[in-house]
Amino acid sequence: MLIKNYDPLKKKQLQILDEKGKIVAPDLEPKLDKETLLKMYKTMALGRIADIKALQYQRQGRLLTYPPNKGQEAAQVGAMAALEPQDWLSPAFRELNAMLYRGVKLEQTFLYWYGNEWGNHFDEDVRVLPVNVIIGSQINHAAGLAYASKVLKKNEVAIATIGDGGTSHGEFYEGLNFAAAFNAPLVVVIQNNQWAISTPRAKATKAETLAQKAYAFGIPGIQVDGNDVLAVYAATKEAVDYARKGNGPVLIEAVTYRLGAHTTSDDPTIYRKDEEVKEWEKKDPMIRFKKYLIDKGYWTEEEDQKLEEENTTYVGETFKKVEQTGDAELIDIFKYTYKEMTPQLTEQYEYIKNFLKEQEGK
Amino acid sequence: MAVLTLLEAINQALDQKMAEDSRVVVFGEDAGFEGGVFRVTAGLQKKYGEDRVFDTPIAEAAITGSAIGMAINGLIPVAEIQFDGFVFPGYTEIVTHMARYRNRSRGRHGLPIVVRFPVGGGIRALEHHSESIETLLGHIPGLKVVIPSTPYDAKGLLVSAIEDPDPVIFMEPKRIYRSGKQEVPNELYRIPIGKAKVVKEGTDVTVVAWGAIVREVEKAMKLLENDNINVELIDLRSISPIDEETIINSVKKTGRFVVVQEAVKTYGPGAELISLVNEKAFLHLEAAPARVTGFDITVPLAKGENYHFVQPERIAAEIKKVAKF
Repeated sequence: MLIKNYDPLKKKQLQILDEKGKIVAPDLEPKLDKETLLKMYKTMALGRIADIKALQYQRQGRLLTYPPNKGQEAAQVGAMAALEPQDWLSPAFRELNAMLYRGVKLEQTFLYWYGNEWGNHFDEDVRVLPVNVIIGSQINHAAGLAYASKVLKKNEVAIATIGDGGTSHGEFYEGLNFAAAFNAPLVVVIQNNQWAISTPRAKATKAETLAQKAYAFGIPGIQVDGNDVLAVYAATKEAVDYARKGNGPVLIEAVTYRLGAHTTSDDPTIYRKDEEVKEWEKKDPMIRFKKYLIDKGYWTEEEDQKLEEENTTYVGETFKKVEQTGDAELIDIFKYTYKEMTPQLTEQYEYIKNFLKEQEGK
Repeated sequence: MAVLTLLEAINQALDQKMAEDSRVVVFGEDAGFEGGVFRVTAGLQKKYGEDRVFDTPIAEAAITGSAIGMAINGLIPVAEIQFDGFVFPGYTEIVTHMARYRNRSRGRHGLPIVVRFPVGGGIRALEHHSESIETLLGHIPGLKVVIPSTPYDAKGLLVSAIEDPDPVIFMEPKRIYRSGKQEVPNELYRIPIGKAKVVKEGTDVTVVAWGAIVREVEKAMKLLENDNINVELIDLRSISPIDEETIINSVKKTGRFVVVQEAVKTYGPGAELISLVNEKAFLHLEAAPARVTGFDITVPLAKGENYHFVQPERIAAEIKKVAKF
């Protein structure tokens, strides 16, 4: 049992694949098939390129505020790969790779950050809640998903992701406590990327690890190397199985690093040193995962080169499509406030529709 | 048909909806085992089990926030907040998520949730136990907000709230939980949300009130019996959406308008309703519309609350002023 052996108070961090791409805990190496491993890698590779391109689009004034994910791909994809299709993801907002892995289309993510709510309307079979900007609140939503799963005997686990900054929030504690009190199947993965905008983790909490907060809820906690996709997968898989069996929630701290800015409106050079970023660049989750796949004979540099070219083209074409959507339909900003528009909303919609029409005629 | 108090009518609506629809769950602080501090949910846990009727930790954001997840995943949560003033720790979830989820997801996730709690003063309670917060909820797009004034309306409105595809805030005037009984049909029936009720037809002044204050207006009308003022009394019932038609038609008939609210004055529903009357019935007005309200102060504790609450005498005086203008 990983969650026993890696009790947060023992101050151990689970690592299976080290920075150089070597397996350091062979007995813990997950038995994932080639297809799954490649799906994980390809998602991370697409996410990385989409992320870099999104930043460029924003700088060109073509995309609005955007939160970069670079460096956190393993923490996101490792956790998602451990889920069953019926499981739920209650995300925060820096979740590109997690969402892609769970079936959200890149086009939707771009559309959302382009400024259109339709980017949050996922397909019926996609069990991902919309982007959530209110820090910490997604834990309570996930607790509710998990409670419903338990009462309706659905065999679904809810997973919520949160940043290190979010663990300061009351709703983080309320949601985990609520789910724990009812033994609801909830797994919370903290993507500890070290920085809550400009506030370093050490200044936000006196706790030595975030995983040890599990003790307050009476649930297991585990700290893992968040840039090691295999460790994140292994811990999450065990947590999800544990929760699904009716044992209640598990808290996972994935130690990672936000290589980019908080959002495109943020300048991280103000608050952190280049050397720190460079140190973490050496621990890049993509480098070690690629090496692991090549060593296993599942992947080649040639294929990698080809994938990068394909992804670059795909990302460019996808964004162009999104750009062509232009402004939202007027009716859409009214229509989804309630299932049926109230008389007041109908009146307000008719007013602005006619007003705009008259303006056009002038 | 049974004769029930407002509290018993709410309990019956919950009971019958739970019996009819296994997706309905009822929860809140002390709402399970003991049936809530007012006993509104009494007997339900015994009947429907601990999974469907349960006590929550004291964490209002977990109550309102988890309701969102439950609704997305197939339940119909009826969440209780113990007192009006305790809504605020859970208000964050109501305002930032519950009200917006359908819009945010462009219709993918509508949230059939009821959040119910006792409101208003008059029971000589502690601080945070006597608040009238309808403005703070009626102001939020995406929420429906209702408040009954009779046992009959309480049952019918709650049934509609539970069946509504969108989040409904169901406010319960605690002052009249047990005062006054009324015949309530045994079967399920619905009172549409967004429809006011003409309690008494009249020709001289339109008076709008809601919740416990409807009875205070009725008392005021008794005081005016010898003044030859024929009041048309409207129970708003739905703070949001407002039944504009009923109010405007009435004002067009009477030409005079008074709104009575227990809530503090500034930015209250009274201000909204007077704006509405000015926008849509201005040329029919024969006097400036008036409002009788609480003052812009923190609700006083027991020894000061009577100064703040709208009394029948104050209501009668205002109606007289407007009628005789």
